[in-house]
Amino acid sequence: MSFLTLTGVQKHFGAFTAVEDFTLEAEKGEFVSFLGPSGCGKTTTLRMIAGFELPSAGRIVINDVDITHRSPNQRNVGMVFQSYALFPNMTVAENIGFGLKVRKRPKEQVQKRVGELLELIHLPDRAGRYPYQLSGGQQQRVALARALAFEPQVLLLDEPLSALDAKIRVSLRNEIRAIQRQLGITTVYVTHDQEEALSLSDRVVVMNEGRIEQIGTPFEIYNFPTTAFVASFVGTLNVLAASVVDAASGRLSVDGQEIRAASVSAPNGSKVSVALRPEIVTIGGEGDGNRLSGKIEDVTFLGSIVRIRVKVGEGAGRLSFDTFNNPSLILPKIGDTLALTFPPEACLLLDAAAEIPALSIDADEA
Amino acid sequence: MPDTAADGNKRGARSARPAQRRPLLAWLGVSPFFLFTLLFMFLPAGFLVVGSFLDQEGQPTLQNYADLTTPIVANAYANSIEISAITAIGGGLFGFLLAASVILGGLPPFMRNALMTFSGVASNFAGVPLALAFIYTLGNLGFLTAFINNTFATDIGQAGFSLYSKVGLEIVYMYFQFPLMVLIIAPALDGLKRDWREAAENMGATGFQYWRYVAFPILLPSLMGAVILLFGNAFGAQATAFQLTGGTIPIASIVIGAQIRGDVLHNTGLGFAMAMGMVVIMAMAITGYSLLQRRSERWLK
Amino acid sequence: MTQGGGAIGMRAPGALESVGKPAPDEKPRRGALWAWVIFGLGFLYFFLPLVATFEFALGHPTGPVKPEPSLRYYENVVLDPRSEFFPRLLFSFGVAIATIILSIAIIVPTAYWVRLRLPRLRPIVEFITLMPFVIPPVVAVFGLIRTFSGPPFPLMDTTFGSTIVLVGAYTILSFPYMYRAVDTGLRAIDIQSLTEAAQSLGAGWPRIIVGVIFPNIRVALLSGAFLTLAIVIGEYTMASFLGSKTFGPYLSLLGQNKAFEPAGVSIISFGLTWIAMGAIQFLGRGGQRIQVGGAR
Repeated sequence: MSFLTLTGVQKHFGAFTAVEDFTLEAEKGEFVSFLGPSGCGKTTTLRMIAGFELPSAGRIVINDVDITHRSPNQRNVGMVFQSYALFPNMTVAENIGFGLKVRKRPKEQVQKRVGELLELIHLPDRAGRYPYQLSGGQQQRVALARALAFEPQVLLLDEPLSALDAKIRVSLRNEIRAIQRQLGITTVYVTHDQEEALSLSDRVVVMNEGRIEQIGTPFEIYNFPTTAFVASFVGTLNVLAASVVDAASGRLSVDGQEIRAASVSAPNGSKVSVALRPEIVTIGGEGDGNRLSGKIEDVTFLGSIVRIRVKVGEGAGRLSFDTFNNPSLILPKIGDTLALTFPPEACLLLDAAAEIPALSIDADEA
Repeated sequence: MPDTAADGNKRGARSARPAQRRPLLAWLGVSPFFLFTLLFMFLPAGFLVVGSFLDQEGQPTLQNYADLTTPIVANAYANSIEISAITAIGGGLFGFLLAASVILGGLPPFMRNALMTFSGVASNFAGVPLALAFIYTLGNLGFLTAFINNTFATDIGQAGFSLYSKVGLEIVYMYFQFPLMVLIIAPALDGLKRDWREAAENMGATGFQYWRYVAFPILLPSLMGAVILLFGNAFGAQATAFQLTGGTIPIASIVIGAQIRGDVLHNTGLGFAMAMGMVVIMAMAITGYSLLQRRSERWLK
Repeated sequence: MTQGGGAIGMRAPGALESVGKPAPDEKPRRGALWAWVIFGLGFLYFFLPLVATFEFALGHPTGPVKPEPSLRYYENVVLDPRSEFFPRLLFSFGVAIATIILSIAIIVPTAYWVRLRLPRLRPIVEFITLMPFVIPPVVAVFGLIRTFSGPPFPLMDTTFGSTIVLVGAYTILSFPYMYRAVDTGLRAIDIQSLTEAAQSLGAGWPRIIVGVIFPNIRVALLSGAFLTLAIVIGEYTMASFLGSKTFGPYLSLLGQNKAFEPAGVSIISFGLTWIAMGAIQFLGRGGQRIQVGGAR
């Protein structure tokens, strides 16, 4: 029984299509993330749920009530903004109590609820402070409390952590998840940060150019991407050019070296791209997995890990992967030839013609 | 390691030295400013201050300040304060609505640019040419006077309207008051974030509740500060009123002007005290403005 | 994820600049009715006096019969060799330029040294430059006349002397925005490094200020100069009490004695304000425009 349902929701701005045909059913208490690059329509979709944008087509239903055409102040949906959007003229307590105040709740009831929420966000001693007296992380916690104070049916978070430092981002992320679990509130979380989406969500909706690319659990999204976009946007991919030798047995040729993939749908002789997650690649190794050898182009020492880039033949591409550091490790040298192993089922086959936004490893340390 | 640190200290000391080496040069560089302001600002101000505490025979007295309550002086202050307050509130209200119309009212962006440019010009278009322009507009033979009289078959002069009255002067002052308001309040209106409105709506507030609890309180310091500044702006004005009325409406600046030309107050010291009174009122206005401005900047940062 | 510890945080291209806003999300807006009404009223308030002045300048007296529009009132003031129009206007320009030069010559070194070596003086300098907002021109001129009417500075005794007092008074009047414009300009450039670079190349102090600092705050200086021009050119109160033969008192006198001619001159005066403010707008320093007191 789904609690929040979006059916065929579309949004056009003039000739520009921001969201096309968005359909989603979220359970009560589920944590759903919208993940995608900027301009993919994730925020527009969120804003349609909040009521700040009117869908061009489709329906939005919460708890069996069609709210598509309700004004934002009639929806009982809590929202946390990227910019916090705390009211600067009000104290922390007044900000949190605002939703109850405009609902004309009695003063004592408002006070009691504000106290509860201050406890929930671990800021009980900051009730009388003004927003400009708080740090960014504290402000966002107050914004969260404010969005929860009036007991909304659904909680919406629009990139709530992107204005914060990396360290606070992680701790606040965990706090948000803990509070969400504790309250069991249905939550939609918009982010462009895949790490956030994967670590927080029950389900992730990957979006690109106004379309849903894939809906699934973080595990499914990462391990079984259904489109080239999802494969490249979520996680890191090595992409090697290959040609199909024998589709039936899954045999491929990467610059003359033969490997096998679990399933190949392209005809014999056609060009394909083989995508590999870096963590699946190991050095040397015996067994019946795929083996590829290549020349080491670069070795980067990064402390806990060592990143190695190997060139596999001429024109086939490069493989980057990380290996854990340990004091007895003998660092490979640039120019050495290295044999790499990976299982056939780890080979994701992408259509060679598919435009992939990220072809090389461009990892940043999060 | 210690070597490097010591080396660093030495280098730091060396590079800091030129700063201390010739402080005289820096003082020499700012000395023209202080000499100039001494001559053209502090000395004249000193004459006024000292003169305001001297009687006709040159003896120290506080009588001049006590005499500020004489009818001619008190009346001039009352007129100045009344006209300044009315045009500050009226100009403030209209200027605010005008700025709001282009910033919040959804008018095309070019209209906003036009308004800001016009306001920059109009707030600096004052004095003699402004008075003349209004004589051509609302004077007895004015363009708008004739238009209204013809259209409504009436005579606004006989109906009691005169450009050369307090009301007329207020209408003229409004011409530079409301554009100044637009210039001052536009940044504050820009500072109202869309997110605040949406957050309020999201929590269930109506448009009225948003304005009452969020937008208006946030704008209040800016609004008050701006109105105070407008008050000072009108209070110090002299040329416009003099050109328009020739001094028939006694306001503080006009009475002081008359005092410069001749001893109309029959007491030089009283003239100085009156000038000091104007400075005090202006100083209060500017102080009030900057205090309120600081508060709103802290909020809108 | 045995070996991919560092790989997971990768971002797709485009994600870096994401701020979470959907691309073009502004709806075409037509504006609220109240906004149009207010704007229309403002438009009328702004332009009606100008239109009226223009009508008078063309010799359109009000009444049922309208004569042909004519430029003869412009000709009366502008072309008549006996007219004081040009001499007065030129004199005002001269005063304005002298004011601007003096103001820049005083403010630039002051702002420079305060920023570089004497930050302790900043509150004092700021306070002094704001004084013209507090002292109305009519009060200031009162004090100036008292100061310069007798020894030790009997400047008011001669026309040249009173012109010096006028330029001095205008220079003080220009300080608030000149200082702010220059200070903002200096903040935008790193004067510390610029100065040290110039020093290392062997430049002396005058050369640093004129050759390095001036060119780098050109825009700030120009906008300060244009605002000064806009205020000085039509200023009446101070010029009138100091007996200076500038444009403001001329226009005032003309306004008292002639019917149509002052309209044309007012339009010219308005045009000058417009040009000066337009120049500031063009220079992109709109924020410096707010000005209180001055030539009202």
